[in-house]
Amino acid sequence: MCLAVPGRVLEIEERDGTRMATVDFGGVVKEACLEYLPDLQVGEYAIVHVGFALQKLDEESARQTLELFAQLGMLQEEFGDPWEMAAEAGGLPLPGADETSQEARP
Amino acid sequence: MKYIDEFQDPELARRLLDEISSTVTRPWALMEVCGGQTHTIIRHGIDQLLPEQVELIHGPGCPVCVTPLEVIDKALAIASRPDVIFCSFGDMLRVPGTGRDLFRVRSEGGDVRVVYSPLDALKIARQNPDREVVFFGIGFETTAPPNAMTVHQARRLGIRNFSLLVSHVRVPPAIEAIMRSPDCRVQAFLAAGHVCSVMGVGEYPALAERFGVPIVVTGFEPLDILEGVRRTVAQLERGEHRVDNAYPRAVRPEGNPAALAMLEDVFEVTDRAWRGIGVIPASGWRLSARYRDYDAEHRFCVTGIDTCEPAQCRSGEVLQGLLKPHQCEAFGTTCTPRTPLGATMVSSEGACAAYYLYRRLDIDKSAALEASPVG
Repeated sequence: MCLAVPGRVLEIEERDGTRMATVDFGGVVKEACLEYLPDLQVGEYAIVHVGFALQKLDEESARQTLELFAQLGMLQEEFGDPWEMAAEAGGLPLPGADETSQEARP
Repeated sequence: MKYIDEFQDPELARRLLDEISSTVTRPWALMEVCGGQTHTIIRHGIDQLLPEQVELIHGPGCPVCVTPLEVIDKALAIASRPDVIFCSFGDMLRVPGTGRDLFRVRSEGGDVRVVYSPLDALKIARQNPDREVVFFGIGFETTAPPNAMTVHQARRLGIRNFSLLVSHVRVPPAIEAIMRSPDCRVQAFLAAGHVCSVMGVGEYPALAERFGVPIVVTGFEPLDILEGVRRTVAQLERGEHRVDNAYPRAVRPEGNPAALAMLEDVFEVTDRAWRGIGVIPASGWRLSARYRDYDAEHRFCVTGIDTCEPAQCRSGEVLQGLLKPHQCEAFGTTCTPRTPLGATMVSSEGACAAYYLYRRLDIDKSAALEASPVG
């Protein structure tokens, strides 16, 4: 959960008075809130934690980190299905139909 | 050198290791504060690559692991209510409460949902105006600003069916508690990079001065860790104790001012119990008075819960760096990722999970293989 992943801003829009962005994390696209980095622009990189951009990052650092995270399987850990991962780790059946995680996923 | 070819830049890794080896003249004990750093260290065998005189002690920086049992039990009680949709990050699902976990609550029919961001929980609240939506707000200084913003948004948008079960913790008071412990062996800290991305480094100079310890802000990648160790050892050998930022690409000295302002608005500092460690003064945040309506503990009656810690679990000592995971009798035998006694064995940032996953077992190999989820 403390892992913050570098992402590249694809689009920015105002929603309910909040600055939101579509962000590409090495192929996984998710939304992020830009309220803590109000100057961030399309094409720039930031480290994003639980859906919030927290600090700007230069492109080269961001690319290197993303490549490394992908190699190490850390992007899967961050963006994979948590119910499946928890079930696998615990040797347990999935608890019921999982419409909810779907909802939270892109 | 074992493992070193797995580094992103093996040549640079080798140079950093050589420099550390040529600098060190006597034993030093360094604590990496963050659980993410612990996993990098174990995954890449960095502790084994370093010269013998440099010992890495794993710190309490796994937010899932330090969340008190009482709070987990409160979460389980709230999540079991039929009128509640309980939202959490995925790494809380299998953290054991007294007798069960959120995964079990879901199996028993509770509406537990995993979200990527706290804002997803707020969205669920808007979509379900006839239900109470509770978000499990745990984590260090990196996670607190997103949760603070979410509560702020709920109030701004007039969303009344949303609340936060808060158990946020702060790193600097934990460093102070570790240094004050009579058993403390820590001589320097690798500070958690992403915590400093938010908070800056302002709280650290006083700690470095008071306890005479170097504090080096360090990132999460293998080379970041080696660079952090190199700078720390260099200070120790010179008898210095400064704050040094070895992660400038993500950490500005002033942190993130907008996030700090939001924290100040939404939360107030409070004493906080850490699982396995006990109460550390001023080590946490709770919702400030003007946001009290959004506090799930106030909204739901979850007092009078009887908690029961498994007597065998020694995660408190692991979290304080007093014990390595494999030195616990239960490690890999009665305590495995399938049958965890404590959160340190299930959290993706837990030290016990890291030792188990990366085969730092030092236990009977056949028992370990049988119990291992990774075969």
